[in-house]
Amino acid sequence: MIRTGMLTNRSKVVVKKEMNFWERMYLPAILSGVVITIKHLLRRKATIKFPEQKREISKVWRGQHVLKRDEHGAERCTACGLCAVACPAEAITMTAAERKKGDEGLFREEKYASVYEINMLRCIFCGLCEEACPKEAIFLTDRIVSTDYERHGFIYGKDKLVEAVDKRIDVTVRQTPEVLEFKKHKLLSHNR
Amino acid sequence: MIAFVTYKMILVLVIFTITLAIAAYSTYAERKVAAFLQDRVGPDRAGPFGIFQPLADGLKFIYKEEIIPNVSNKLLFVFGPCIAMLTALMAGVVVPWGDTVFIGGKEYSLQITDLNIGILYVFGVVSIGVYGIMIGGWSSNNKFSLLGAIRASAQMISYEIAMGLAIIALVLMTGTLSLREITMQQAGGLGGDWNFWNVVYQPLGFLIFIVCAFAECNRTPFDLPECETELVGGYHTEYSSMKLGFYLFAEYINMFISSAVISTLYFGGFNFPFMNNLGLDHNMISIIGTIVLFAKIVFFIFFFMWIRWTIPRFRYDQLMNLGWKIMIPLAIFNIALCALISLYINR
Repeated sequence: MIRTGMLTNRSKVVVKKEMNFWERMYLPAILSGVVITIKHLLRRKATIKFPEQKREISKVWRGQHVLKRDEHGAERCTACGLCAVACPAEAITMTAAERKKGDEGLFREEKYASVYEINMLRCIFCGLCEEACPKEAIFLTDRIVSTDYERHGFIYGKDKLVEAVDKRIDVTVRQTPEVLEFKKHKLLSHNR
Repeated sequence: MIAFVTYKMILVLVIFTITLAIAAYSTYAERKVAAFLQDRVGPDRAGPFGIFQPLADGLKFIYKEEIIPNVSNKLLFVFGPCIAMLTALMAGVVVPWGDTVFIGGKEYSLQITDLNIGILYVFGVVSIGVYGIMIGGWSSNNKFSLLGAIRASAQMISYEIAMGLAIIALVLMTGTLSLREITMQQAGGLGGDWNFWNVVYQPLGFLIFIVCAFAECNRTPFDLPECETELVGGYHTEYSSMKLGFYLFAEYINMFISSAVISTLYFGGFNFPFMNNLGLDHNMISIIGTIVLFAKIVFFIFFFMWIRWTIPRFRYDQLMNLGWKIMIPLAIFNIALCALISLYINR
């Protein structure tokens, strides 16, 4: 006799006893099995036919990242590297550059990321980059990272990450007042 | 003479085509049934409900690279799938696919040939089928293939005995080996003449026969020859492209033929209840009979798949115990019982 799950009170006593003739005949067991499987024949299917149907996802689903622009259309990211440091999967890399004269409309501050790459195969979509970002520049969105045939196709550069000026991506679901309040904590208030 | 040959040729061609079509769609049905029994949808991308899936599968098989291992015996390696396919297709010759039809005052039988030793012929052909597996597995020069092939041959030989003994009881009762005559004896049924299908008189024989048919077709729970969890792919591990396709296809054809033989021997073949009370003419009844036979076959194919997705595989010693220590004594008991009963009735 083996007792398991004593803590949960859902223990099941396992008894190994000799099978009687009826059980050894095997056919009644097959019959009951067959009845079970046929009951499943017309049951509702669990399949979600993906491209046509989509699985219902949470409102705060963490999917593909976006690099935000400010209200004038300039990139918010200053290449401070905090997201890359925060990233537990080490998926983010970037190269910083100094803003040239005349590029004030493109980049918000004097320093910007000339290269910003996220490896979507490494990314675990934890959202720590978003939490670490002092400039409200990176957010995770409810978009699903699409498939690709090649590994290098999953390394997303600025071309895929930065939102288009005329096609802004709404992140108000993730940038709620509570989140903004949370970011005012003194541990996060550096470099504002 | 020429008319006779043309009629037989057309019949052969039609049955050949139907066999291949049913085998092809069995692969589709297998996947669909598997999916539905597991609350899934199954293949549904190729055409409406995925009905072109067998074509896609066939195309894939043809376009795949064909690999013949260097260390294999090349002649036998090619020969194996050929034998498997050939024997699978040969067994359909003696199955009566329908009663006779009258066209222009001439009577045409919907059976390629009515051998008076029909069942014996089926057994002969089926037992050659094991050579296809054995040769394929042995010539691959791979230990997994060889193990699969040895298992297959041992299993098929063991279960053929019980199958044959189950048939002997049926032959004792019907007094003939011809599949057509066995079918004709089951004519009528419910309605005017209370004449039932053989399964009513031979329930034990039917049980033994269908279990052995599962084993002969290498279907779950007796799919040890190719058990993918233990032997990679069993006897067809080294096969690729259309040669692998032939092996898989032969299995489905065997399943189709087994279903046809089971329907003919135990479930009245092309007979259906009330057939003589409907007042239809002979041709009409023949056509309905053929449709009914195919309905029975489709049911048994479904039954094969249904069982596959219900019961797990036997262990090898369990398989041999079942074959030699249960099936064969049970079949012999069945023969003795039938002999005694027929002796008592005929006295």
